Amino acid sequence: MKQDEITADFPDLPGALTVRRGSVDASQFRDMCAQVRHDGGRLVALWGSDERADDAGYALHVALIDSTGMLCLMLPVSAERPAYPDISDLFPAASRMQRAVADLLGLHASGADDQRKWLRHASWPGNVHPLRKDFDGSCAFPAETDAYPFVTVTGDGVHEIPVGPVHAGIIEPGHFRFSIIGDRVLRLEERLGYKHKGIEKRFESMSPEQGAKLAGRVSGDSTVAYAWAYAMALEGIAGITPPDQALWMRALFLERERVANHLGDLGYLGNDVALSFGFAQFWILKEQVLRNNAALFGHRYLMDKIIPGGVNIGLQMSDKRVIIEECSMLERELGVLRSIYEEHAGVQDRFIGAGQVTPALAAQLGLCGLPGRASAQAWDARVQFPCAPYDKLDVRMATHANGDVAARAALRFEELFESLRLQREILINLIGGDELSNPVKSLPGNAFGVGMVEGWRGEVMVAIHTDAPGRLARVHPHDPSWQNWPVLEHAILNNIVPDFPLINKSFNLSYAGQDL
Amino acid sequence: MYQIIRQILKTGIKTETAPQADDALRVEAQRLQEKILRHVGRALTIRHVDAGSCNGCELEIHALNNAYYNIEGLGIRFVASPRHADMLLVTGPVSRHMEVALKRTYDATPEPRLVVAVGDCGCDGGLFSPVDEQSGSYASCGKIANVIPVDVAVPGCPPTPIMLMQAILTAISSGGKT
Repeated sequence: MKQDEITADFPDLPGALTVRRGSVDASQFRDMCAQVRHDGGRLVALWGSDERADDAGYALHVALIDSTGMLCLMLPVSAERPAYPDISDLFPAASRMQRAVADLLGLHASGADDQRKWLRHASWPGNVHPLRKDFDGSCAFPAETDAYPFVTVTGDGVHEIPVGPVHAGIIEPGHFRFSIIGDRVLRLEERLGYKHKGIEKRFESMSPEQGAKLAGRVSGDSTVAYAWAYAMALEGIAGITPPDQALWMRALFLERERVANHLGDLGYLGNDVALSFGFAQFWILKEQVLRNNAALFGHRYLMDKIIPGGVNIGLQMSDKRVIIEECSMLERELGVLRSIYEEHAGVQDRFIGAGQVTPALAAQLGLCGLPGRASAQAWDARVQFPCAPYDKLDVRMATHANGDVAARAALRFEELFESLRLQREILINLIGGDELSNPVKSLPGNAFGVGMVEGWRGEVMVAIHTDAPGRLARVHPHDPSWQNWPVLEHAILNNIVPDFPLINKSFNLSYAGQDL
Repeated sequence: MYQIIRQILKTGIKTETAPQADDALRVEAQRLQEKILRHVGRALTIRHVDAGSCNGCELEIHALNNAYYNIEGLGIRFVASPRHADMLLVTGPVSRHMEVALKRTYDATPEPRLVVAVGDCGCDGGLFSPVDEQSGSYASCGKIANVIPVDVAVPGCPPTPIMLMQAILTAISSGGKT
């Protein structure tokens, strides 16, 4: 059966995004994933839920996107034999997500090549699954030995460098196992999950308002994107549309988050190639943006400013000038700094060709977000699925085809200029007024909502399921880093070990967002 | 080169005056002798350990190195190994998966060693602890002090660079005791 015939009677979900959702059986599930893949679509997220309270066993959920919008599939999984068909052959990025579902919920992908644990280390036994409803989230287990079978590379002169979890810088924890010969990397294997702190389980005992705060702390550098995606999902369920003013404020916050992070990254990219001038300059600019955030909105990173139903702070019309002046200042300084980076032989020598991901490899592995666009993967949720107010903004997406550090740096410059242009557009549309939110009073029972926002790293998605009385039954936040971490393992191949920090920084992926 | 020099001259000096120590942030009575403090006081080395944060606190720790706060100008430097460190700057909550790594990092730090716990989560486990600050969850040990001894704890979500500097300076000041 063709996908269109199956999805014909799938209802559109209410909410800001175009989402069709329906229940499928195991063979339809495989067929539809294969069809989306064949048509050039992508896997956004894969998660599971415990439906035993309704005598419905478990469920596996996937969110797919193609050019027409998002398709959410729900596959019932029996409680007696909790298994579902593997899709990692169709979407390689599914592999780690499937392994996480096995750890957290005990559902297994039949026939998957890699069945090793992923998010579980030694803190809970393999036969215990924290996201099952009969698991008490506050209990702790005696630590086991954490035996993780890394893939070993053998041969004349091959040796390993283990790095982490505590890294030699101000970075999040994770483990990298390099197999090298001389200085050349033959293989990199990542081991993540060190920051797993039970976020998804925590959501289940929270009110929607508390959940908004937690969503804003899944990955602190993307607090705006997560808070917005969470609010979007919740508002879809509640059937609420935030006031126009609130939507414009959200877009303003999101672009300011993008600007702050891109500035910081460009500074560190300079630092990592020994141009400390770059670090000094970009971090002065970033600090000025953060200080304006604090002065105008009360928080340097805009945490907790987006709430379900709207925002909790507006912009004084007289303060528009501050942002306009900031935009002009940044445009001027960025022009100078871009020409310095572009003309600096030492910088370009290190940037060009380092950590290359070809467009073909990027498409095969599902590279997304900023690194995806640097490898010709033209996906940007603000462009393809523009939720209000982006439907009125006409975002101009930038892409590059080289897929190296130089491309990821150049893309950051281009996205910065575009974000500054968008901020000016947003200010024109912000007409003031007191109405900042339409409060979410109660949620319907057994409902589902999804929100997706193009954060500075890529698409951030939050899915929310409510139980019969309308409480948060399952919240799944998804970071684009899930897709992009495995690609980093390929980007480093045949590069030299000392280039890893630079290549890693050019992706700047989230550990917290993937470890949950 | 000309462009770089011109830009540096145009930028000028941005560094601001450092804040003072704040005894309210002190968790434990001073454990170190005054003479030791005098010894490390002018050239402190810090090892940052992210024991499970959301990465928000790290943003502000990075900012300490920017030209406005210029923490290196005070003789305070971030180092790559705990073996080179006088102080651990730890963000949390401590995830159970980081518990061993944090303890080992602490053990690898030569004495006398100082520990500054950073952020609301480092102080009490934050949003990630279901019951209270002592208990944590299946995945979180809660606050930093549940895992290693803490000298100074600085709240905030995240604490601003000024608050972080205050906490660091408080840890290395004697607090009037000898």
